[in-house]
Amino acid sequence: MERMIAGRVIVPGTGSGEILFSDQPLSFWGGYDQATGEIIDRRHPLSGAMAAGKILAVSASRGSSTTSAVLLEAALAGTAPAAIITAGPDRFLALASIVAEEVFGKPVPMVALSDEDFRTLAGAARAEVLSGGSVRLQA
Amino acid sequence: MTVALTDSDRALLAGEKGPAARLAMSIVVRMADVGDVPALMDISAAHIDSAIYLGEGTMAFAEKLAALGGKVVVPSSLNVSGLDEHGWRDWPVPPEYAAKAHRQMVAYQAMGCAPIWTCAPYQTKHKPVFGQQIAWGESNAICFANSVIGARTERYPDMFDICAALTGRVPAAGLHLEENRGGQDLVRLVGIPEPLMAESSFYPVLGHLVGKFAQERIPVIDGLSVTPTEDQLKALCAGTACSGAVALLHIVGVTPEAPTYAAAFLGKAPERTLVVTLDDLRAARRELTTVSDQPLDMVMLGSPHFSLAEFRALAPLLEGKRRAPGTAFVVTTSRIMAALAKADGLLEPLEAFGGRVSVDACVLTMPMLKAGEKVLMTNSAKYAYYTPGLLGAGVAFGSTVDCVESAVRGRVIRDESLWNE
Repeated sequence: MERMIAGRVIVPGTGSGEILFSDQPLSFWGGYDQATGEIIDRRHPLSGAMAAGKILAVSASRGSSTTSAVLLEAALAGTAPAAIITAGPDRFLALASIVAEEVFGKPVPMVALSDEDFRTLAGAARAEVLSGGSVRLQA
Repeated sequence: MTVALTDSDRALLAGEKGPAARLAMSIVVRMADVGDVPALMDISAAHIDSAIYLGEGTMAFAEKLAALGGKVVVPSSLNVSGLDEHGWRDWPVPPEYAAKAHRQMVAYQAMGCAPIWTCAPYQTKHKPVFGQQIAWGESNAICFANSVIGARTERYPDMFDICAALTGRVPAAGLHLEENRGGQDLVRLVGIPEPLMAESSFYPVLGHLVGKFAQERIPVIDGLSVTPTEDQLKALCAGTACSGAVALLHIVGVTPEAPTYAAAFLGKAPERTLVVTLDDLRAARRELTTVSDQPLDMVMLGSPHFSLAEFRALAPLLEGKRRAPGTAFVVTTSRIMAALAKADGLLEPLEAFGGRVSVDACVLTMPMLKAGEKVLMTNSAKYAYYTPGLLGAGVAFGSTVDCVESAVRGRVIRDESLWNE
């Protein structure tokens, strides 16, 4: 079954893949291995999941200011998610992708959904982030 | 673009102040748009977290801005670095890493940032004043500046901080604005024994618990019947900024924007309430520990960086004792604080104990663990929180006294008496 959700473009681009969903915020510093794309915050529900090349849907970032630097490193190393979906705009993740685009030409596409729409991502298997900010979901 | 720009903002965007300022301004403007912020505002100081070397990206970003001629336009201090540039050879730091981390440090200094290299800038002459509009990076420093000093900064990400410093401008939003600084969540302490509230290891635990509950909201702590020291408040703020994203907290009767309960909430009612009992604190304390009684590889103190007062309190605990041969004992601090501690004779007891100081970086930002060092102990919620993920090691949280006694015995031991009433 397919379903479309309208979102807001935070950083333009498209991406598709398996979706990793959590309504728990994630600190990338200490939570995301920039060398491999593994989620390494052992207190986070997605701990152990490989996010590189997938659609990472986390409600927000959390904790350290260094979250942005980790996502930039991942974007340049090719270990970033194919796209990131958040519940409302997340400034820390947005900044990383904006720098990756403005300085290095390698943005991580990013879309913000309403809190309500974000919660409906639970249980989806795959997602495609389309230009214009829509998200196509497959159960 | 929806944000309103002044003539001087447009001049920066047009490159009239050089290509680095143009790039920084375009990032500031895009971030204002991300947050739907209608205008920019001036800041009068910045604290730059971005100098921590994480890889080619953070280094290339810094060197690009420096090569484009970037110069900060407000007084700007530097946070912890990726390297103790004079002492790194004493640690298992790969020379290739050291060279790159150092290049990144040099790039930020070339842009005019002050090399104070500390995550506790509020304990240096760069401490802001009440009401001052600033752009600070480093989660613990943001929380301390807002909460304990009453300066005004949003929670800024790495790399944005230098953009703010190069332009002197930030989105006029969030915690820069008085109306957004009122408390949202009430945290009520109930039945907590006063001797525990006076104990320093109470504050990282409370911070961990409050951060988990509040996440990115503004908590108001009520029921603290002792007056915490500056270092206890530092530990509290650091804890809330790890388990959550707390950028501002109030403590009724303690912090400057909370002389009364009503003032802390700007006259509104709390949206949520958390009652904290001794049981809750015990549970939070347990969460900061991932290992049980076992041989201890390293004790690490000083996250955020150790202050002079903390050195002064540590020295008598070490008197006449010696760490176990297999247990390293390290205190992380800034070069300034280490020099002050040395001048006061506070490093001699530490060295006699077999401990040592590492400056400017920390265990989380510079590779300091030898292969096989897998069990660490700390008095810091921040070290405890990040150690499993960042260092792949187990960690025990304890008081400073626990840390010293454990180092002496070479095993994790903790005095439970204050927590078991």
